[in-house]
Amino acid sequence: MNRESLREEYGRKLIELGRRDRDLVVLDADLSSSTKTQGFGREFPERFFNMGISEQSMVTTAAGMALNGLKPFVSTFAIFLTRTYEQIRQSVCYNNINVKFIVTHAGITVGEDGATHQMVEDVGLMSGLPNMKVIVPADSIETASVMEYLIEKTKTPYYVRLTREKFPVLNDSDYAFREARNTVLRDGNDLAIFANGSMLGFAMEAAEKLKESAIDAAVINVSSIKPLDRQNVLTYAKKTGHVVTAEEHSIYNGLGSRICEVTAEDYPVPVVRIGMKDTFGKSGKSWELFDYFHMGVNDIVSAGVKAFREEKKYETIS
Amino acid sequence: MEFSCSSVGHSKDLDNKTLFKIAQNARSLVIKMVYKAKSGHPGGSLSIIDILTDLYFNEMKVDPMNPNLPTRDRLIMSKGHASPALYSLLALRGFFPQELLMDFRQINSKLEGHVHRGVPGVESSTGSLGQGLGIGVGSALSAKIKKEDYKTYVILGDGEIQEGSVWESMMAASKYKLNNLVAILDKNGVQLDGFTKDIMPMGNILEKVKAFGWDAMEFNGHNFNEIRGAIKFAKGSMDKPVFLIANTVKGKGVSYMENNPKYHGSPPASDEEYEMALNEIGARIYE
Repeated sequence: MNRESLREEYGRKLIELGRRDRDLVVLDADLSSSTKTQGFGREFPERFFNMGISEQSMVTTAAGMALNGLKPFVSTFAIFLTRTYEQIRQSVCYNNINVKFIVTHAGITVGEDGATHQMVEDVGLMSGLPNMKVIVPADSIETASVMEYLIEKTKTPYYVRLTREKFPVLNDSDYAFREARNTVLRDGNDLAIFANGSMLGFAMEAAEKLKESAIDAAVINVSSIKPLDRQNVLTYAKKTGHVVTAEEHSIYNGLGSRICEVTAEDYPVPVVRIGMKDTFGKSGKSWELFDYFHMGVNDIVSAGVKAFREEKKYETIS
Repeated sequence: MEFSCSSVGHSKDLDNKTLFKIAQNARSLVIKMVYKAKSGHPGGSLSIIDILTDLYFNEMKVDPMNPNLPTRDRLIMSKGHASPALYSLLALRGFFPQELLMDFRQINSKLEGHVHRGVPGVESSTGSLGQGLGIGVGSALSAKIKKEDYKTYVILGDGEIQEGSVWESMMAASKYKLNNLVAILDKNGVQLDGFTKDIMPMGNILEKVKAFGWDAMEFNGHNFNEIRGAIKFAKGSMDKPVFLIANTVKGKGVSYMENNPKYHGSPPASDEEYEMALNEIGARIYE
């Protein structure tokens, strides 16, 4: 399967948008060669601000720019942006202004750098902020489409979570991101696997393997974590009766939690969550880590079987 | 005692006596606001009021009828707990009716306990210390990018500069040669828990800010001649941001509040204290 880097696509798209929109400015904190904002800096040095290793200043400076009509895109690693949580809360979200946070190197796929650099709590943190919207693109096509959407359609704070590794290209080339709109990549009748980011490719593989257990699994991309496509979640909870969630993030306060909120409130069905289980990451090759933390393809398959078999428990309760 | 100062449409070069009257009027409004709300921060409001008075009535290009005019000068009240001072001056300058001040901190009011952007004339919500200078850097950079010649003023507290984030923004302002950015430090020497020299001494601030690449000077923040001199100094900067250190008195103008950490975040404790504060402020106008 063709794999492409989300952050490189981000860097490419930034330049394209920068040519189109003179109000687009980019801020980075000494990681522009990794976040891929460097190319924008080369083409538009007067609109690129390397703030040094000073994330708090980077965020408040971006706030000051947005308050004056510019459109700042702020990039660093996910782990380092969270140190400015309060700046994001007060100066950006409370002001409700047009600052876009595009972070890279989120999740455990940072790999060898280890636990200190593997941010798996960010979706929860950012989703908790009023006025903030949270997007986790799954591939390069979706990354570009989200960027286009942000610059053309939005004027409020967004958090977009990208990763270091290349991911399989799963979306069609004409895919267009829509907020609060899930994408059904594969339909199915027995089980709904809600996944995003790196886990979407694994979910597709797992769905194929679940055929061996005679389970017909749907795979749904939940890139818009907040706002969430509640209607789609409920439709598939009702249609299949069994749910698995898969995210490269803590199972607390991320995709899994959001899906459970919807099902618990409106249509309770068995849900099994795949993700980091209240733990820090560790060093290792990124793709080894998925197995180490029970987040690999086979783990999703097992979760699917488990969710499918839990049906009887619920029937006896009712 | 009642004394009023109607809003002034466009004002320049007001004499010291007029400025002082406006400042004292703002002081009395501060006392009324926090006493009515039974909460709020009078000490740091009274220390910054003379400077704010000069800025809003003498220095800054602002139009109360068009608070979002692109060419306006910007003021970021980074020490957002001094909201009574800022709100009072904005009301006196005509951004909104003075009557609204008395709803400060009430459930149906826009006048939030800390500075709130929903209020006409307010550039950014503030209140969590250490963030306003960065916002000011962004504002000043925006002017450079858009080739506009407005100034950005940031009001900092001296307890506030204990926040490391302030010094991050100090570096950034210096790097980008923001000669259109003016930081004004309300150096009243008092923070919530006591005196700054005891809580976390900041040493020689003048030398520190110069070492961060800023032009800087000290002045008496209650003397209008010196305030004007400091702003003039700031406006003359060629290629550096300017840091103005205002030596001020916490609680200035109310004897029992002066230099008293208790009144950092507490209103007058009784009707007697309240009357005493208003009488002292009013009496000085006719000295």
